[in-house]
Amino acid sequence: MLCRLVARFGGASLVSLAAFAAAPAFAQGNVVNVYSYRQPELIQPLLDAFSAESGIKTQVIFAENGLEERIKAEGENSPADVILTVDISRLQAAKDAGVTQPVDDPAIAANIPAQYRDPEGHWFGLTMRARVVYASKERVGEDAITYEDLAHPKWRGRVCTRSGQHVYNIGLIASMIAHHGLGTTEEWLQAVKDNLAVKPAGGDRDQAKLIFSGECDIALGNHYYVALMQGNEKEPEQKEWAQAIKVMLPNAAERGSHVNISGMSLAANAPNEANALKLMEFLSGAEAQKIYAETNYEYPLQPGVEVSDAVASFGELKPDPLPLSEVAAHRREASELVDKVGYDEGPSS
Amino acid sequence: MIATTARPEGRRRFRLTQGGNRGALAVALGVLGLVALPLAALFALALNSSGETWPHLFRTVLPGAIVTTLGLMAGVGCGTAIIGVGTAWLVTMCRFPGRAALEIALVLPLAVPIYIVAYSYVELLDYTGPFQTAIRGLFGYASSRDYWFPEIRSLPGAIFAMTAVLFPYVYMTVRVLFLTQSSRLVDVSRTLGADPVRMFVAVALPLARPAVAAGVGLALMETVNDIGAVEFFGVRTLAFAVYQTWLNRSDLAGAAQLACVLLLVVLLLIAAERTARGRQRYAVAGGAYPLPAFQLAGWRALLAFLACFLPVLFGFLLPAWLMADYASRRLEQFADPALRDALWNSVVVATATGVLAVGAGLLLVYAARLSRSRFVAGLGKLAAAGYAVPGTVLAVGILYPLAAVDNRIDAAARALFGISTGLLITGSGGAVVYACLVRFLAVAHGTLEAGISRVTEHLDMAARTLGRTPRQVLLEVHLPLMRRAVMAAGLLVFVDTMKELSATILLRPFNFETLATFIFSKASRGFFEDAAAASLVIVATGIVPLILLLGIGSARAGTLPGAGAGQANTSR
Repeated sequence: MLCRLVARFGGASLVSLAAFAAAPAFAQGNVVNVYSYRQPELIQPLLDAFSAESGIKTQVIFAENGLEERIKAEGENSPADVILTVDISRLQAAKDAGVTQPVDDPAIAANIPAQYRDPEGHWFGLTMRARVVYASKERVGEDAITYEDLAHPKWRGRVCTRSGQHVYNIGLIASMIAHHGLGTTEEWLQAVKDNLAVKPAGGDRDQAKLIFSGECDIALGNHYYVALMQGNEKEPEQKEWAQAIKVMLPNAAERGSHVNISGMSLAANAPNEANALKLMEFLSGAEAQKIYAETNYEYPLQPGVEVSDAVASFGELKPDPLPLSEVAAHRREASELVDKVGYDEGPSS
Repeated sequence: MIATTARPEGRRRFRLTQGGNRGALAVALGVLGLVALPLAALFALALNSSGETWPHLFRTVLPGAIVTTLGLMAGVGCGTAIIGVGTAWLVTMCRFPGRAALEIALVLPLAVPIYIVAYSYVELLDYTGPFQTAIRGLFGYASSRDYWFPEIRSLPGAIFAMTAVLFPYVYMTVRVLFLTQSSRLVDVSRTLGADPVRMFVAVALPLARPAVAAGVGLALMETVNDIGAVEFFGVRTLAFAVYQTWLNRSDLAGAAQLACVLLLVVLLLIAAERTARGRQRYAVAGGAYPLPAFQLAGWRALLAFLACFLPVLFGFLLPAWLMADYASRRLEQFADPALRDALWNSVVVATATGVLAVGAGLLLVYAARLSRSRFVAGLGKLAAAGYAVPGTVLAVGILYPLAAVDNRIDAAARALFGISTGLLITGSGGAVVYACLVRFLAVAHGTLEAGISRVTEHLDMAARTLGRTPRQVLLEVHLPLMRRAVMAAGLLVFVDTMKELSATILLRPFNFETLATFIFSKASRGFFEDAAAASLVIVATGIVPLILLLGIGSARAGTLPGAGAGQANTSR
């Protein structure tokens, strides 16, 4: 009986599977196909606004990694139109993998400052995030800090970060290499490692929690997590974590804070190129930029668009003017340095 | 239907082994080719490397990663073996209060994805979790610097969490074995005056060995391919090194090489176990008998109860309770139409994968049996090794050959008919099912291998003597006798596919969510709470087939629903 039941059910689902296997999503028509490293919840409001305005349907695949490989394997028949990415290294990696094509669109160029787009037009920044320092309101008297300060012996046993291999930290370390060279950065990273209170683990929000719990006094984190924790009505305990910390924008008095971007590219074999360009123009435009700023507390890249109130309270951001391509160029060295000093093994003593 | 053809015995014997051998080999190779394609693509990628990453990896990451991985495997291997065999023995051979309920409950942890368990334990056991908050309240501590508490984000923490959800693999295989095989031997050993402990050590354990090896093997493969939980716990395994090499150094070839190292470790383990087992045969004739039971009372009963209850508590009740607690504050999530679509997609993919995995697995084990060759049996094991590769890496290995085939077809269609077919399989639900099949064939294969080994070869010979072809023997003799193993294999693959995340997420079609990808998209932003309802649904969907599975595995008439029918059949 059971057997037959399962067999019948199995048969039915095989048929429906065949139905959706045989009819792959229509790649063409009045649609635009998005391959995204950004989570659906983040981009859906933007895509919905775009569809409402243009009448163009959007189809999305979200993955955490491997999308370049997928586009590469799919080759000329790839349905990908627009690639949405987080982190400069990945924007650059997509370009290097040959899965993007240059875009020369005056509207986009007018929206996004030259510093935040590829000179050849293979990628365009959309939003910016700063790698800031979270510090205990109770136990840290300082009101300003530099990344270099994190290596100071006074912080011994007081620093927390997520894994050194995480892209957010790799970007910061790569920028240190670009500014100070490999040797100096190695000494710095070794010293920061010696200052760690606990083994690097968890996400940025967990580091805020560790400050709240008293296990460390300062931590590295992206700025928007603080705003997200402050406004978390569903898990009010996160408000307490945010309450325990203050945000310091590092190196504000000199070169500025390390920033990274999320961005977009036009896929090399985009089947719906015209629609793709419309979407790219829309995403760089004021309406979309405002949605980014209000819902995920990122810094919009279009100069005219205001940051959210929560983010404004952190103070005026002075972004490090180092070209982002420099950060991407030192990424591999940064990753190897993290291994070399054994950063993720945590404090040695 | 008695044999009417009469041929000389010698010729028949010759054909059984020789003719069967070639056909069996062809079938096995066919299935193997399909399953090994992604692995072959991985090897090809690995060969592509300039090799410049290796000196760095050798100097820095590799030694630590290998030691950590071996430590994790040793911990999870021992943990799952001890808990799996111990609980299986207790629920089958002993009687104590709560036994019947625990017998079912012990499979439930398998329904909980590892990433949910990892998240749950960090939530429960870290500073702001209920345990430490209670300790601080009790003793008046002000901060974590005032007291010591074990760090959950550590290797022991990872071993604990993985063991808690993976031990049912061992429990299930061993329990079925105790129920169906050992009753006569247990009778004999009792007659010979063995006490329960001696019987366990001298009779049950050696008998259970293939089942333990199969169960532990599955648990270990899942351990080495995991990336979500180890990242969460801050444990730097080989799989973690694979990811860092690929993503931070844009060195896919180097990552593929590391994945091959991982594969090698697993294959060595499989080979070691096979060599150690040698040519021992485990087939025991006879059906199921009512088992003798040791009646436990007093503190012994309490101990037995706790030994079975704690694994359920840690592997199922606590994580499920946490998810339910989150979900209770977000009931509106259950009404989300996206959740319903994700559930449907998950069920369709899991069912299709289950059916196909059973078919492929059946062909492999039967081919091995027909050919009686260790080589063919070894090929079957090799085909199952895909389970040990981290899912995303395997997905990349699938993308290249699949898209290559699609592009060839498209080019041919353009040349011949002037129309473009586009990508037919790549980016379809079929690609997702294919990936899950490659990943979980090991699960079906192990279960079916155990099932067929319990059918004595005398039956094959008798059927052949009666003029049945190998195909008829499979359909008329083995399938009816292996019904339970077939169902068990299918359901187990179903449950595993429900939880599959890393290959699905990369290979799926547009706007296509399964429950696992749905949960991941929330969790990857750090909002696990928003996935609470989906997490509960994924666990609940896994429970149903698991309980069915238990009914299938149970040979005791009337103990569990569904067991009675099966019993009547096998003991006929």
